[in-house]
Amino acid sequence: MTDTVRNIALFGVVAVLITITGFMQSWNSALLIINLGLISSIMAIGVNLQWGFAGLFNVGIMGFVALGGLGAVLVSMPPTTEAWAAGGFGIVTGLLLGAATVVGAIMVMKRMKPGRTRVITMLVVLIGGFFIFRAVFDPAVESVEKVNPAITGYLGGLGLNVLIAWPVGGLLAAGVAWLIGKTALGLRSDYLAIATLGIAEIIIAILKNEDWLSRGVKNVVGIPRPLPYEIDLQKDASFVETAAGLGLDPVIASTLYVKIGYGALFVAVLLLVLLLAQLALKSPWGRMMRAIRDNEIAAEAMGKDVTRRHLQVFVIGSAICGVAGAMMTTLDGQLTPGTYQPLRFTFLIWVMVIVGGSGNNFGAVLGGMLIWFLWVQVEPIGLFVMQVITSGMADDSGLKEHLIESAAHMRLLTMGVVLLMVLRFSPRGLIPEK
Amino acid sequence: MDFLNAIVALSNYVIVPGMAYGSQLALGALGVTLIYGILRFSNFAHGDTMAFGAMVTVLVTWWMQSVGISLGPLPTALLALPFGILATMALLLFTDRMVYRFYREQKAKPVILVIVSMGVMFIMNGLVRFIIGPNDQKFLDGERFIISAREFKALTGLKEGLAIKTTQGLTLVTAVVVVILLFWFLNRTRTGKSMRAYSDNEDLALLSGINPERVVMYTWLIVAGLATIAGTLYGLDKTFKPFTYFQLLLPIFASAIVGGLGNPLGAIAGGFIIAFSEVTVTYAWKKVAGYLLPENLAPDSLVQLLSTDYKFAVSFVILLIVLLFKPTGLFKGKAV
Repeated sequence: MTDTVRNIALFGVVAVLITITGFMQSWNSALLIINLGLISSIMAIGVNLQWGFAGLFNVGIMGFVALGGLGAVLVSMPPTTEAWAAGGFGIVTGLLLGAATVVGAIMVMKRMKPGRTRVITMLVVLIGGFFIFRAVFDPAVESVEKVNPAITGYLGGLGLNVLIAWPVGGLLAAGVAWLIGKTALGLRSDYLAIATLGIAEIIIAILKNEDWLSRGVKNVVGIPRPLPYEIDLQKDASFVETAAGLGLDPVIASTLYVKIGYGALFVAVLLLVLLLAQLALKSPWGRMMRAIRDNEIAAEAMGKDVTRRHLQVFVIGSAICGVAGAMMTTLDGQLTPGTYQPLRFTFLIWVMVIVGGSGNNFGAVLGGMLIWFLWVQVEPIGLFVMQVITSGMADDSGLKEHLIESAAHMRLLTMGVVLLMVLRFSPRGLIPEK
Repeated sequence: MDFLNAIVALSNYVIVPGMAYGSQLALGALGVTLIYGILRFSNFAHGDTMAFGAMVTVLVTWWMQSVGISLGPLPTALLALPFGILATMALLLFTDRMVYRFYREQKAKPVILVIVSMGVMFIMNGLVRFIIGPNDQKFLDGERFIISAREFKALTGLKEGLAIKTTQGLTLVTAVVVVILLFWFLNRTRTGKSMRAYSDNEDLALLSGINPERVVMYTWLIVAGLATIAGTLYGLDKTFKPFTYFQLLLPIFASAIVGGLGNPLGAIAGGFIIAFSEVTVTYAWKKVAGYLLPENLAPDSLVQLLSTDYKFAVSFVILLIVLLFKPTGLFKGKAV
């Protein structure tokens, strides 16, 4: 069996699994698995660029995904004109002052001679700048958050088409990745891991608490969609007619239509990202990356700027995660900062990359689809297993109740076991790197 | 008088909680740093190891409470602690045998071990949630305060009260005892010395006949003890919730790195540095400033530098500063 046949067979297995879901459960849930699986695959390609191509260990995927979501809000929501009038100027000035403080401190750091004077000047700039920033920023934030807090209470976005948000989300993630990479790359490999772990927590904390930006835990709902609403489709006479012609209930037909529409958009993005990643992998740049990954010292001796290349690939990979994050928020139609969990958004993506085959883009896609399918289906399967195990027990037994209740936590266990098994027995993954 | 009041307010809200939190972080960071020194990887499963140890302690505590065993004014959890430590030791030795040993024999790169520890983290996290569920659990009993705010006011006649919770006192005492024991073990006993030798130079240690598997085993045993104690103390002081232990990873790693990875003394110093920065930056200074400044200068706002939701940002910023200016940490840790 050649590799190509084998790979096609592997994708075929996933397709069959999802088709079975369609027949056994419903086509709506099957399509939902496909859509989120596509998004997961894009994230997995981003992580694969960082880990598979360059050997960089990023555990802050959640943060970049959330930034992408923020991008969707900032681009597509209508601007809250009242809030802009109330405090927009103050917030912008405050942020600029804050940025000026940091830039000032860096200038002092670079221009002045090392010594006690430099330390003192820097502290004065930083502390003084911080208080000025707070003095301008705080009242502005308060007045913005007072504007109709039940519905808006934030600055809103630009009111543009939500599809523009996808690249913008990528840009946001890229910017933050650049900052992190600048500090943590070039040090021990674990330091990048811990720095990214930290930045992800901080990004989520900002999204949860800066109500003027993202409404915090009050969530932004009703993000505009690139596709029509189901309810409008059901009112559309020609759509109802077509659905009837296919022998479908208009309600079901409309939900399927919207989901398939999203799926088509996601497939388009996935194919584009996959194509670019494949071209990059086969280009001299990709070969250089792998050379650096396999032997940094040798690559450096050949005149390659290792830290710079690492920074480059780290930013690109994070940007892809940001794009995927924006797509996910678009699909959900809402930004809910409270739902970002590192186990789901960071570590699960890692399982996808490792299981699929690190260093292989098709592996990342396969891992994304397969692991997402497992993640969704392990819960009902776990519940079923628990019910079988406990079927002999008395109905009022506390243990039975506890076991059935805890079945939901089987997911984490399963994912951990899958990850360890693959690492141990097939460390190169399902579709190994060539 | 105002000056005394200011000091009392400061102790009550900053120094006492900072000391307790610092001790908890220090114990956690000691575990991380020991694993780093001997096994040479950053153990992402450490937070969940703490959660597991604390969970066993909680379960045994509940059992003891139900049969009526108690320690009087002290929390029953202290009696249950040895059981927690034993269970965690068993778990860690088991994971080492099943998971880590294979990669050690293969001489796998450290980053592979980090990923493996991520898998272990998943499993431990799932295990803890499976057994005890994801919610808050209470297991504290006994006397709540060593000295309560009201007693303190009556005693000293000051306007400000100083409350010291039993758990805070207990945390500090336990941490001191544990650290003394650990350093005695590392510096005086034969096994401790062989551990340090192994950490300093693996090849040399092997040549002088040190059995690496024995060193690794003792490391896991010590780490199990440290993690369970740290986890239980944190659970007693705050509350036991599996997810918070995962979130503790960041401050714990920050402590270990700030002090210098692989350096036990640095881990302790790092723990207190991180804890005090977190508490001081997120504390609302209004009260203290009100006592110290003349009346017309007293601030109207809370004088809080950052809201408490950003406490992770504090450890993160300190971590970044240290990485930028002194990547090996304040006390010289392992190579960059």
